[in-house]
Amino acid sequence: MRFKTKKGKESPGINTSSLPDIIFMLLFFFMVTTTMREVTYKVKMKLPEATEVQKLEKKSLVSYIYVGPPVNSRLYGSNTRIQLNDQFANVDDIAEFVQIERQNRPESDRKLITTSLKVDSDTRMGIVTDIKQELRKSGAFKINYSSRKKSARK
Amino acid sequence: MARKSPEINAGSMADIAFLLLIFFLVTTTMDVDTGITRRLPPPVEDPEQDIDVKERNVMKVLVNSQDRLMVNGKPADIRNLKNLAIDFMAIHPDNPDFPEVQPKFIEELNRELMTSKGIISLKNDRGTSYEMYIKVQNELASAFNEMKDQLSLDLFGIKYTQLVDENRIKGINSAVPVRISEAEPEDIGGS
Repeated sequence: MRFKTKKGKESPGINTSSLPDIIFMLLFFFMVTTTMREVTYKVKMKLPEATEVQKLEKKSLVSYIYVGPPVNSRLYGSNTRIQLNDQFANVDDIAEFVQIERQNRPESDRKLITTSLKVDSDTRMGIVTDIKQELRKSGAFKINYSSRKKSARK
Repeated sequence: MARKSPEINAGSMADIAFLLLIFFLVTTTMDVDTGITRRLPPPVEDPEQDIDVKERNVMKVLVNSQDRLMVNGKPADIRNLKNLAIDFMAIHPDNPDFPEVQPKFIEELNRELMTSKGIISLKNDRGTSYEMYIKVQNELASAFNEMKDQLSLDLFGIKYTQLVDENRIKGINSAVPVRISEAEPEDIGGS
């Protein structure tokens, strides 16, 4: 009896039928663990670091105010600006912004809305104080100073 | 007649899935939002009407436009602020240099605890940098967290952050309330 020689025979292709399953698994992983980007940032923010941070829960009940120097400094200068949703705004616009944010939420959740202040760490407090005063006037009392987690120093 | 239906070509399935995957990778962010949560006081209706608080019950923390700290009239360092705050808020019965203490019955824990009447008053200049402000807020928050930890260790033998029982967490929170008051904005200057 002669053994068959493998010479001249093509190597079998790798079976890729389970590839879609693997990719779908990855896809679902990313869909579950990530959140959608809300807006395009028009201001630069280097968030300050803090050790005693808490997680912001219920992202649907958070509205964001961004403060920092504009990304496009040639067009908008380098003065600190406020960004609400997708555009620059003034301090006076915050009251209206809070009203709209409140109307977009179901009535039962309106008291639970947290305003997250994403402020660049080089900003002067003057503008932040103005924003806080404006928020107090419009009744948005829950605020969160967004900051990055830093491990506690030893 | 049972005819065998032709199989669907699934070769491009992987491509479709890849496309979706890449779309989600690009449009989503993974970072978790973290920060220091605070509650703003409601606006003052009558600015003339001030609430009287005894001098000994207040620890005044000032931050000027040069990011320098002053605690009760004396210059201070950010590294000492936490210890100053803990020392100030600790229970010192019958010591007129420290805030008054009062017994408070905590329902959740079903016992009476001494609580301090101290308030930390934080005031900053318009020129203070946000970074410094967050540092100060962070030090004060960490002072209160340490006091909660301490009380929890004394009562239950575990740290506050490891508590699971809702009642115990509420109890500790009402025994050690976070009492940071922010002054109405005004310029305190400093050069």
